[in-house]
Amino acid sequence: MNHVAAHHPGFLSPTGVEITFVLVGLATLGAALLTVTTRQLVHAALWLVVALGGLAVEYLLLTAEFIAWVQVLIYVGSVVVLLLFGLMLTKAPIGRSPDADSENRWVALGVAAAAAVTLVWVVVDAFRSTWVDLHGVVQGSSHATGESLFRHWVLPFEALSVLLLAALVGAIVLSRRDGESAGAGSTSGTGKEKS
Amino acid sequence: MNDTLDVLLRLVGVLVVFLVFPLLVGQTEHKVMAHMQGRLGPMYAGGFHGWAQLVADGVKFAQKEDVVPAEADRRIFQLAPAIALLPYLVVLIAIPVGPDGFVGQALDAGLFFVLAVMGVGVLGSLIAGWASANKFSLLGGLRTAAQLMAYELPMLLTAASVAMAAGTLSLPGIVESYHWWWTPWQIVGGLVFFTAGLAELQRPPFDMPVADSEIIFGAYTEYTGLRFALFLLAEYAGIVVLCALTTVLFLGGWHGPWSDGLGWLWTLVKTAALAFVVIWLRVSYPRLREDQLQKLAWTVLIPLSLAQIALTGVVKVVIS
Repeated sequence: MNHVAAHHPGFLSPTGVEITFVLVGLATLGAALLTVTTRQLVHAALWLVVALGGLAVEYLLLTAEFIAWVQVLIYVGSVVVLLLFGLMLTKAPIGRSPDADSENRWVALGVAAAAAVTLVWVVVDAFRSTWVDLHGVVQGSSHATGESLFRHWVLPFEALSVLLLAALVGAIVLSRRDGESAGAGSTSGTGKEKS
Repeated sequence: MNDTLDVLLRLVGVLVVFLVFPLLVGQTEHKVMAHMQGRLGPMYAGGFHGWAQLVADGVKFAQKEDVVPAEADRRIFQLAPAIALLPYLVVLIAIPVGPDGFVGQALDAGLFFVLAVMGVGVLGSLIAGWASANKFSLLGGLRTAAQLMAYELPMLLTAASVAMAAGTLSLPGIVESYHWWWTPWQIVGGLVFFTAGLAELQRPPFDMPVADSEIIFGAYTEYTGLRFALFLLAEYAGIVVLCALTTVLFLGGWHGPWSDGLGWLWTLVKTAALAFVVIWLRVSYPRLREDQLQKLAWTVLIPLSLAQIALTGVVKVVIS
């Protein structure tokens, strides 16, 4: 990276990619703000799709192709579908829901601002003069990502998989509690199950 | 300039495929179903073999009034068909037809791209179901979501098995490293992938979300005219994409006898054969009940796909 950093372009001569990056970033920010401010529940979920998709485009612009598609697959394809499923199950009304306000607006704003400041500070501090070389080898290819994930970051990766397994087991336990207590509580219950 | 022209030509080619192939599948479905079920209706329009049936259908859809229910969420209701249809157009860009760059755009993580974007299409029928303000639509939307969550997993797992076998995520790369013994090796994965894909497209026998005899076409109940036609088109485009993907991943894409010059033809022939199977299944299988659907996904397909991944891993280690 150093030889790139040695003659990096200045901030005052933005390239097309940089301009696109900033514009998509602004659109993503706008969609994110709408997500938390709109009073229509399903619209909030759809604005979340726009925000997450915008984030995927940003990853693409940073040449992290693999991460971008994972972002679309997991967040847009699964998490939002799960959210919409939940909203439909609870029969979210069409139009405004006046009670869609947790009255934690200021706390949420504080947490968001603190998180944003921390993240921006860390990223700026870490990558201050690093530039993505668009004409060289792709740095975010699936090969590079896989190699760094399973060489350098294999321990956090495995720890995360154990965490997810724990969450899975927890979900099964939570959802099966009724049947278990009925079965363990009375002998007639177990007899019923067997018959 | 040459590069721009090249990209433009490729995109136009993809667009043409997107506009023509789903209609071909639709026409074939009319004829195959007519033959298999002894239907006379689709064999009448236009004279010879009812060739004008599809044209007549198109004219009928275009003539119908475009109705938006009064209680519906207007903008989202109108947006939903586009969300359902466009992902399939985008996916077609990454599917290779022949060797040596006969593909819209070769992507490094093409397999992930295709699966990710295909998953987005379901959002269309989900929000169509919600925005229609109709209880049947809402039920259809719920069933769509439940079905997607159950069948996305086996589809991803079997695709991962192929990626492991090929050692790459790029779709042309996967076809290039194909050998004939891959098909028997990955046959279980292929069947699971195809079945899960059918379920994701809500094709019979997995058409519980649109079951017309009980919830009146589910999420599409309130749609009329061209918007409804767009949903139908999305279904046919989905068939093309699913069959092409199964061809590329499990049947070796352009590999076959005389594949040097006619590789692209092999891809098309295999895709067409699979599309025929899709239509055939529609005619011959009764609809699965909702609990049978879920049971099939969680107790049969997912264990099978995990077993396939284990088999792929073992064989891969043994031969390397």
